[in-house]
Amino acid sequence: MGRGKARAVSSVRQRHLNIHIQGWLLALPAVVLLAAFTHIPAIKTVIDSFYSTPHGVRPARFIGLTQYQSLIADPIFWRAFTNNLLYALITVPLAIGFALVMALWVNGRISGRAGLRLAFFTPTILPMVAAANIWLFFYTQDYGLLNKIGRALGFASVNWLGDQATALPSLMAVTVWKEAGFFMIFYLAALQQVPPDLYEAARMENASRWQVFRRITWPMVMPTTLFVGINALINAFRVVDQVIAMTGGGPDNATTLLLFYIYQVAFSFWDLGYAAALSTVLLTGLAAVALAQFFLIDRKVHYR
Amino acid sequence: MHSVDVRSVTKSWGVTTAVADVSFAVKQGHLTVLLGPSGCGKSTMLRMIAGLEEPTSGTIEIGGRDVAGLTGAARGVAMVFQSYALFPHLTVADNITFGLSVRGAPKAEIAARLARVAGVLGLEALLARKPAQLSGGQQQRVALGRALIAEAPVCLLDEPLSNLDAQLRQDLRREIRALQQRLGITMVYVTHDQTEAMSMADEVILMRAGRIEQQGAPADLYDQPATLFTARFIGGTPMSFLDLDDGRDGAVIIGTTGPALFAGPGKGRVLGLRPEDVTVDSEGAAGSIHAVVTAVEYLGGEALVTCMIGERPILARVRGKDVPAVGAAVGVRWQPSAAHIFEASSGRRVAAEIGSAVRSKLQTVSH
Repeated sequence: MGRGKARAVSSVRQRHLNIHIQGWLLALPAVVLLAAFTHIPAIKTVIDSFYSTPHGVRPARFIGLTQYQSLIADPIFWRAFTNNLLYALITVPLAIGFALVMALWVNGRISGRAGLRLAFFTPTILPMVAAANIWLFFYTQDYGLLNKIGRALGFASVNWLGDQATALPSLMAVTVWKEAGFFMIFYLAALQQVPPDLYEAARMENASRWQVFRRITWPMVMPTTLFVGINALINAFRVVDQVIAMTGGGPDNATTLLLFYIYQVAFSFWDLGYAAALSTVLLTGLAAVALAQFFLIDRKVHYR
Repeated sequence: MHSVDVRSVTKSWGVTTAVADVSFAVKQGHLTVLLGPSGCGKSTMLRMIAGLEEPTSGTIEIGGRDVAGLTGAARGVAMVFQSYALFPHLTVADNITFGLSVRGAPKAEIAARLARVAGVLGLEALLARKPAQLSGGQQQRVALGRALIAEAPVCLLDEPLSNLDAQLRQDLRREIRALQQRLGITMVYVTHDQTEAMSMADEVILMRAGRIEQQGAPADLYDQPATLFTARFIGGTPMSFLDLDDGRDGAVIIGTTGPALFAGPGKGRVLGLRPEDVTVDSEGAAGSIHAVVTAVEYLGGEALVTCMIGERPILARVRGKDVPAVGAAVGVRWQPSAAHIFEASSGRRVAAEIGSAVRSKLQTVSH
């Protein structure tokens, strides 16, 4: 009797174990890929940041926080950091604003709205390097489109990408132009989720269009705004292709962003230890943003 | 003066006509129900009164004023939506006061009115909650509160109880009616549920395919259905219909030779009987028609008995104790005044004098 019971219990336990093993086996391919190409390199980077860069016969040795000390003293790092912060603070709200305005527009009952939606989405389909080349043509000093238009209106020619004051804003414009269409798709989906009778209830109260937007539409798409905002923020700290294709970080580091600087340090100057320290700082920042999304915001903005 | 005056209103979209030349009036302080099966145009009619749709032709007056081009509050109407249409991101209090705050009413007045409405509807304890934290019945009450707080002269309700369970529906039915009478609100209430219409309405407007089929007090529609459609639609248990034929002494039930129900032709006419008007007797009782019990549906206090007269079914409501067994031969009878006679082709009711029957001639029955 007792033994039979024990056997039953152990078989139940075994079945549980089987389910766990099965689950892990199913997840294995994804786990292997993520670990091999994301987690292990990330951990390796953090470890490398505490070692000196190996040179020929001199192997890497443990140097503690030395890399981080030189990072704090590095003016180019601070330049890249402020550039990037500015880049995020300006492109994220602008891209979100344009995306929402475009979504509201193409969500309305207008003729040819399918064509309009496609037109707004087109920049997203283009590869960044191709888009960068189009914009290079717009920005070119003498025969660029912007300067031609400017001259026709009587303005002096501007070297958009060559001037310290205009180079970074010029890059921002490209990002806003490219991202707004993508975010518009999310807003369009969110707008179509809003039950139409909420708008009818507001109509019954004779609410103005602005009141309807501020008190119904905007709060109802808030989850989308947060999702898009977080993604835009993360994207803003990951910009590199555009800088390489358009300015190479110049003039005088005016357009150097964090990831571009890391790329330069690692693959132009071959200072791998320092690049690892820079990467760790960037990674920590991005992880903090992602955690904020998961734990704070998801809980606060939830309607259903 | 009428609160709502609808004059030959038509609404069509392209070739489809949802409402065709409908006219009616709602008296001040009355509850009028727009009743009908889905697709009959009752909701479209309500939306036109609300101003959410403009009629294709015809006029709507509210409080004696032509309200074309105005919507909702501007024309003096408030509305409760079928889905409640509560704003999910706002608290109960903010939902109820939404209209007042949109119109920029003073804060003190908003607070005072909110307190009054919450008191009337028993929502005081729920004011800080979000709609998702409320039960269906509570959400319903909030929607009602949002409509009442503006104190608009006319309140429109679009199937307000259709998302609730039967018990709650019954409770809220009473509650809404009591509130409407106590506050003297003019209500236009859309439903497809005839029980709701009969139990709440001062006046019922039964619609069918965009037109008014019959309108009147609930008792009028029940006692004097003008058409077969009304007769079928009104009543808790469905009316039984028996085709008539020409007999020797007058109209008889088809497939039987007698007794004659009334003098005059029977062919092409239909006899309608409500189950509650039909009594089941022992076989051969004087003045009864021979029938066989084929089914008994037990309902608690009473039972619904299905009998066959020849090959035609007839339903009877029978008090608990006297329920006959299935297969029993019985006699069924009814008061001549309970018989509703209709023209089969047009569906129209046949003049009442014919109904006053030659039932005195009734003899023993054979079929």
